Amino acid sequence: MSILIDGSTKVITQGITGKNGTFHSLQAKAYGTQVVGGVTPGKGGTVHEGVPVFDSVREAVLATGATASVIYVPAPFTADSICEAVDAGIELIVAITEGVPVLDMAWVRDVMRGGRSRLVGPNCPGVITPVSERTGCKIGIMPAYIHRPGRVGVVSRSGTLTYEAVWQLTSVGLGQSTCVGIGGDPIHGTNFVDCLTLFQADPATDGVVMIGEIGGSAEEEAADYIRTSMTKPVVAFIAGATAPPGKRMGHAGAIISGGKGTAADKQAALRKAGVVVVDTPSVMGATMKSVLGR
Amino acid sequence: MKIHEYQSKQVLARFGVPVPDGIPCTSADQAAAAFTKLGAQVAVVKAQIHAGGRGKAGGVKLVRSAEEARTVAKGLLGKTLVTHQTGPAGRVVKQLYVERGSDIARELYLAVAVDRVSLAPVMMAAAEGGMDIEELAVKRPSAIHKERIHPIKGILPYQLRRLAKALELSGETARRGMKVMQSLAQAFVAMDCSIAEINPLIVTKSGDVLALDAKLNFDSNALYRHEDVLAFRDLDEEDEEEIEASKFGLNYIALDGEIGCMVNGAGLAMATMDVIQLKGGRPANFLDVGGGANKEQVTNAFKIILADKNVKGVLVNIFGGIMKCDTIAEGVIAAAREVHLAVPLVVRLEGTNVEIGRRLLQESDVRLETASSLDEAAEKVVALVEKASKKGSH
Repeated sequence: MSILIDGSTKVITQGITGKNGTFHSLQAKAYGTQVVGGVTPGKGGTVHEGVPVFDSVREAVLATGATASVIYVPAPFTADSICEAVDAGIELIVAITEGVPVLDMAWVRDVMRGGRSRLVGPNCPGVITPVSERTGCKIGIMPAYIHRPGRVGVVSRSGTLTYEAVWQLTSVGLGQSTCVGIGGDPIHGTNFVDCLTLFQADPATDGVVMIGEIGGSAEEEAADYIRTSMTKPVVAFIAGATAPPGKRMGHAGAIISGGKGTAADKQAALRKAGVVVVDTPSVMGATMKSVLGR
Repeated sequence: MKIHEYQSKQVLARFGVPVPDGIPCTSADQAAAAFTKLGAQVAVVKAQIHAGGRGKAGGVKLVRSAEEARTVAKGLLGKTLVTHQTGPAGRVVKQLYVERGSDIARELYLAVAVDRVSLAPVMMAAAEGGMDIEELAVKRPSAIHKERIHPIKGILPYQLRRLAKALELSGETARRGMKVMQSLAQAFVAMDCSIAEINPLIVTKSGDVLALDAKLNFDSNALYRHEDVLAFRDLDEEDEEEIEASKFGLNYIALDGEIGCMVNGAGLAMATMDVIQLKGGRPANFLDVGGGANKEQVTNAFKIILADKNVKGVLVNIFGGIMKCDTIAEGVIAAAREVHLAVPLVVRLEGTNVEIGRRLLQESDVRLETASSLDEAAEKVVALVEKASKKGSH
């Protein structure tokens, strides 16, 4: 068991003939992901690296029965690609692309309102469910080999910091049920609360490592949810405790403005909700191990 | 991306926001001529820098003659203004804006920003303009009235009526105020702004509604579709090292500590800064080399870090995923040789091909320390920097 995806998930790649689409689709296939098709307008009917290519998401879904899609198209076309996937009834849309204009995401979220599609990202590493030691379902750009099947869920706003947590969980022998990189943009799809809700309901997840960062109030909202609705243990790290106000730290969302969104506020809110907040990312795995061992 | 006040007003005027007449200047003579051309009894000479708080710092002055405009301009041009937004180094004034003075009856606040919770831009209005909105937000949050702007349909008439009422506007003045609100909302969406602020929005004694100050920031991800905005870019207002870094696809932000950092990924880069501080050091910068850095980028990253004379030690923290550790190791070695590295270097590698990467580092002639965790790396670099500074003081 897992959340969002498992070994039976059929995935299509939007932008499969591009450099990133090609590379990561091959990596995903090598990990055992069912990459059943790709979409590149104008290249329908061809086969790219052993994967059938379609002109549109609708055609790809009709032919393959895919329920998930991953988007590697350039930023100016990402909003359109997400909407096309929504229109075709894709259940899980994972947008890896970084640099999508914020206002594009505002109208995309409006288009998605009330629909049944779920969006992860944009500007995120993606979602992975390790199934066995060397295989699983990988939708995104994370390095597969650091993952091991296990019973800890990971949800994170940051990319490489997620790998850090995953690697530690693997090193201490815990492994992961599913890892979700939700991305660092101000307006994105699936958020912390969505993932925590899924992990809470997932019988194969015993605890969650949550990685937040400065900016916004998503961690505070997560703290509210944890306090009222979560029984599984959560270990959290918040990046950016020493970031100066007013400076955007890489992610469009990582900024302290008007004294709001500081790491200290987020840590305090999470601690109040019973979360074990660590000051250094080096101990995320070990802390989860000791929390679960109690 | 930030632009100057006068540029912001040009953009807003295009969308129908009334602004006072004004003329941008770069010399005292131009300022004097501008005063004459405006033909007003009173004008305002305003320093144009990419930071707020100019008034309090003496960057905004009333003048009553062309001669006075000249004298004030002379005093302001070349002056370093230090405001709460510039940092202690301040900003040198290179441009002025000479603007017709206004008869102010009331000062209001009006702004639009992207709100993560409502997943859309939100218009904020307060009847108490002029002051720092962040201060007002803390002291009396109920004084700020908010309306969500629909990302496709824009702001609706009933929302404008609510805002006008919250601002205590009535009659013809309310109608003018609502027009300004609608124009501001349109400008925000059409121009891909990240912040659009009019503070103060004034009501004049004759009932006109004018943008007395204006600040527009733009979403850098959307600049590809706004060539007109790109033309407003003022490199004088940006950090030299940050410009240099952006040329190589590196994300660099200068800080005031002594330990230079080179990390892949923004979250890990922030976490690295945090751990350095936790171990008693101070980060000199935030530097994200990105997901697929090559040897050239690593070398350039090193050069940018070392160009900061405060840097007394460097910490490289890479979690190789798609990027392989041996590639990074090669880049670090090449860079350390090329830049004749003279400060302590600690490298922490993890991830793909980590064994090859570590071996390359150990076998190279570059003097460096390795570490297997972020904590250990931070402890080492902090200790080395301390040791070096003690030696230096003897």
